Amino acid sequence: MKKFFALALALVMALSLAACGEDAGTSSGSAAAGGDAQTLKIGVFEPASGDNGAGGKQEVLGIEYANSVCPTVEVGGVTYNIELKEVDNQSSTDKAVSAAQELVSAGVSVVLGTYGSGCAIAAAPIFEQAQIPAIGCSCTNPAVTESNPYYFRVCYLDPFQGPVMANFAKDQFSAKKAYVLTMLGEDYGSNLGTYFSQEFEKLGGEIKSESFTEGTSDFSAYIQNAVSWGADVIFAPSATTYASLIIGQAAKSGCTIPLLAGDTWESSVILDAQKGTDQQVFCSTFFDENDESGAAASFVKGFKEYLNADSQRLTNNGGNDIVAAVSALGYDAYMTAIEGLKLSASTSGEDIQAALFNVDFDAVTGHITIDAATGDANKTMAYIKQATDGTFTFIKTQSVSE
Amino acid sequence: MAAKILPYLLGGISVGGQYALIAIGYTMVYGILRLINFAHGDIFTVAGFIMVYAAATMPLYVTIPLVIILTILLGVLVEKVAYKPLRTAPRMSVMISAIGMSYLLQNSMWYLTGGLAKQYPTLPWISDKITVAGYTTSRVTIITPILTIVLVVALVALIQKTKIGMAMRAASRDFETAQLMGIKINNVISFTFVVGSGLAAIGSMLYFSNYATVTPTVGAMPGLKAFVAAVFGGIGSIPGAVIGGFIIGICESFIKGTGATTFSDAFTFALLIVILAVKPTGLFGENLTEKV
Amino acid sequence: MKKNNKTKIVSAVLIVALLAVLLLLDNTKGVPSMLLTVLRKGAIYALVAVSMNLLNGFTGLFSLGQAGFMLLGAYTYAALTIPVESQTSIYQQYPGGGVGFSITEGLTNAMGGFGLLLGVVICLILAGIVAALLAYVIGLPVLRLKSDYLAIATLGFAEILRAVVQYAKLGPVTNGSNLLYGFTSFDDFKIGSLKLSTVMPFVFSGLCIAVVVLLINSTYGRAFKAIRDDEVAAEAMGINLAKHKRMSFVISSFFAGISGALLAMYQASVQAVTFKAAMTYEILLIVVIGGIGSISGSVIASFLFVGCSEWWLRFLDNEKTLKNFNAKLIFAIIFGLIVAGIAVAIFFKQKKNGKLGANVPCIGTAIVALAAIGWDIWFVISPNLKLPLLRSGFRMVVFSVIIMVVVLFFRKGLLGDQELPDVLHRFGAWLQSRFGKSAKGGDAK
Repeated sequence: MKKFFALALALVMALSLAACGEDAGTSSGSAAAGGDAQTLKIGVFEPASGDNGAGGKQEVLGIEYANSVCPTVEVGGVTYNIELKEVDNQSSTDKAVSAAQELVSAGVSVVLGTYGSGCAIAAAPIFEQAQIPAIGCSCTNPAVTESNPYYFRVCYLDPFQGPVMANFAKDQFSAKKAYVLTMLGEDYGSNLGTYFSQEFEKLGGEIKSESFTEGTSDFSAYIQNAVSWGADVIFAPSATTYASLIIGQAAKSGCTIPLLAGDTWESSVILDAQKGTDQQVFCSTFFDENDESGAAASFVKGFKEYLNADSQRLTNNGGNDIVAAVSALGYDAYMTAIEGLKLSASTSGEDIQAALFNVDFDAVTGHITIDAATGDANKTMAYIKQATDGTFTFIKTQSVSE
Repeated sequence: MAAKILPYLLGGISVGGQYALIAIGYTMVYGILRLINFAHGDIFTVAGFIMVYAAATMPLYVTIPLVIILTILLGVLVEKVAYKPLRTAPRMSVMISAIGMSYLLQNSMWYLTGGLAKQYPTLPWISDKITVAGYTTSRVTIITPILTIVLVVALVALIQKTKIGMAMRAASRDFETAQLMGIKINNVISFTFVVGSGLAAIGSMLYFSNYATVTPTVGAMPGLKAFVAAVFGGIGSIPGAVIGGFIIGICESFIKGTGATTFSDAFTFALLIVILAVKPTGLFGENLTEKV
Repeated sequence: MKKNNKTKIVSAVLIVALLAVLLLLDNTKGVPSMLLTVLRKGAIYALVAVSMNLLNGFTGLFSLGQAGFMLLGAYTYAALTIPVESQTSIYQQYPGGGVGFSITEGLTNAMGGFGLLLGVVICLILAGIVAALLAYVIGLPVLRLKSDYLAIATLGFAEILRAVVQYAKLGPVTNGSNLLYGFTSFDDFKIGSLKLSTVMPFVFSGLCIAVVVLLINSTYGRAFKAIRDDEVAAEAMGINLAKHKRMSFVISSFFAGISGALLAMYQASVQAVTFKAAMTYEILLIVVIGGIGSISGSVIASFLFVGCSEWWLRFLDNEKTLKNFNAKLIFAIIFGLIVAGIAVAIFFKQKKNGKLGANVPCIGTAIVALAAIGWDIWFVISPNLKLPLLRSGFRMVVFSVIIMVVVLFFRKGLLGDQELPDVLHRFGAWLQSRFGKSAKGGDAK
């Protein structure tokens, strides 16, 4: 008897909670639809927690800012209000699947995201099957868009980024020996590490690669390995969680080898870790916030105002108003979606997908045109930045030497 | 050759000392309750977070005792909420409760901190750089093993010489008889959690001073390894846990040094399985026959 | 005998009806895709939970290695079914990687739709066998250990397996740290244009669970239970402990392997990092919530668990601003009722135990309930329309609190060690004894 009573109570609780949630959800939706224009939903498929949580939050900020700049779109003669639908994919490929389902279930027209490539690859078939075009922001693995006509992307790729850093190591430090440190089980880092190594060896350098396991917090032995091997640079593309440990411990053990990494390191976490040390930390990135030309300057100005208007936004950005490249990419992904929607005949997934291939406009991270074969934006230039005393300093633009 | 080995050895001893401090918490609780306190690694992480937030507003001479006190309170609270009601339940239920508690602590930390890595405050003096035989390291690396040994000696003295220590020994030998002899078993258990959590708090300060960032799941791996250390040394034995911690820390450091980095975690577990298969009671464990 | 036949017919009808409903759900437009997600994932988790229950609940061996065996199954399945032409692009980090053939693709080309089914079944069984073989080898040293030691050793083995799968030297088969994708998934099952994506997980996992049920009701199953209840007595009765323990371990791992492969089919991609200890813990919690030693309990609990974590509680993760005062009032009333309901339930329980009075649980409950209702009233009065606490991560906190409540206060789980038909039968009997006079000829007859 008691058990049935308890069960019944639990059931009522669950149902009423769910009902309450559903109720509130639909009511806010209908409120928006109650206006003059119709609503069009754009899904934001980003990590808010997990290893990539910090970067994901910055990317979402860029998307939200873009939404505040451009809250409506005209598709086929009808004006739509855009509503963002955000889900957290927890930086994990198994959670990403149900998060993607959630977006499909909510009936979104376009999906933006995600930060890391693993989640994008895992979710890609779901979007393809539901015929919802997705636009990747900072997922740099070629497999994301490969053989998936519904996945697009606004950033450059690992096969470009890896060689860029290898060339940078060669040009800047005349490096002969590079120590590559990646996380076992993380596809982003290990792929980028491979591309870097291939190019570096092609340039006549020597490579030693090692990997650490997830949850590692003691990197002193790895750093020691690099030092005793006589490495000229350390290339350690990894999630920011580990990056800050690597930088901190390199500084503690007095290692003076320059640390290089990919786009993930362009984060305030890295700045915090580097602050107060004399460690040389470099990363490649998609965009330079001090670039005065074109769309970038006005974006930077507007985005800073947007960040400073709300303390929660500042917290999500890492406690300061430094514009991260991923925010710019989030903004560009949103704008690409808008351009695509404008060109599209209707709000159906197929039409938007067809239109996205014809997108051609000046974005914050450079001019965007879409490659007809892969759906990737055509990019040929990367920006190298150095972390010094709490800010990123622009060092140079780098392309791959032929 | 020695110059090459020294850095790894120092690193290993330092990590080992931190494992040892966590392992004591495991081994003492297991000795009395026959329970693997899965939440111990998370208590250790919470201590790190308390430090991060407390140090942002308060001076260090306030925060350090505050962190220790709050961590102890949390440890005792976990015991009262999750383990005490299950004292008569089967061992599996208690262990599941421990896993649930660990899950709850981790998720709460995700929620409260936003799941992002937080920078650990720099503690003056112990974070300073020093040079040992031509190798630069921070002072905490050297201090950790010394502090660990001092604390352990004090703890062993406490257990051997004081009344509460005697009660603890009695309880770990035979829980029910100790109760019949008039030992207030709940007080003994609470005291065990006080000591274990306090050491975890100190361990967390040493650990995070070395590794600089705190994330909600950072305690899980050191927690598991510290448990392996406790089993390795013979669960229930405090010197065993300490020696186990040092051995695992040093081995791990050398394995990473030889380049077999992929398997450094796997090694810890392989060691566990080997020791369990060869000598299930561990290095210093007492041979107790299970009663029918 | 006659009654037995009747039960058989009833269950057959129920199964057919269930499959028909699933088929309908699969092919109706407008069905929330989260419902399908929960159904699919729930069916797969049900099988893992049952396989773990076989070991933990029926044989009394506390093992935490389930995620490791699932990992093996998932990788075996994935590696064997990736279409040949996509192998080069998937194994881009390991030139020449991939097994060079695909069982499902080959059989589909040879025999069409039936070939696909056959191929998947073969690969699923192979996935199970690989996991079972390893379990056999591991079982030799590990099963000698007692309770918690066994748990830690199996947990350790799962971690070792994860490291091995990611080992670069095995890259040509496992793709190292990278995802495997593009293999045969549930969406490939179609009859004409009729989708079977939700039906197939139920069919596969249902068949496997049926096998486990048959096993548990056989002499082997009785031997397992005897070992669980008292090892010494079981040995004295002539049960070969080592043999039966290992058998249970191997069979459990076999089904864990199959469910890992099913999970891979559901996710359409596998990556070793997702098979962490946390996954084993989730499954363990399902087993506990359902009741240790109850197959139907595990099945029900896995649907509830997946539903809660993936769907029903998701709204807790999003910030919510209520539309107007009325919505706030409705929310406040529901919240107040829930708080009052829980408080009354606790008092009710205390009264039943004769402990109602000035003691810690009662006073604590009263204080918390009053504080919550006080906040509730304040919230209605205040002009604030935004619901507090709701933001990313809150879902998992609520979820873990629910789990702790179940673990602490409903120690036996939903069904204890009983099965659903028995419970329903007794509930029917209880209903009849209570209301029998007024409503004669109820369904329990």
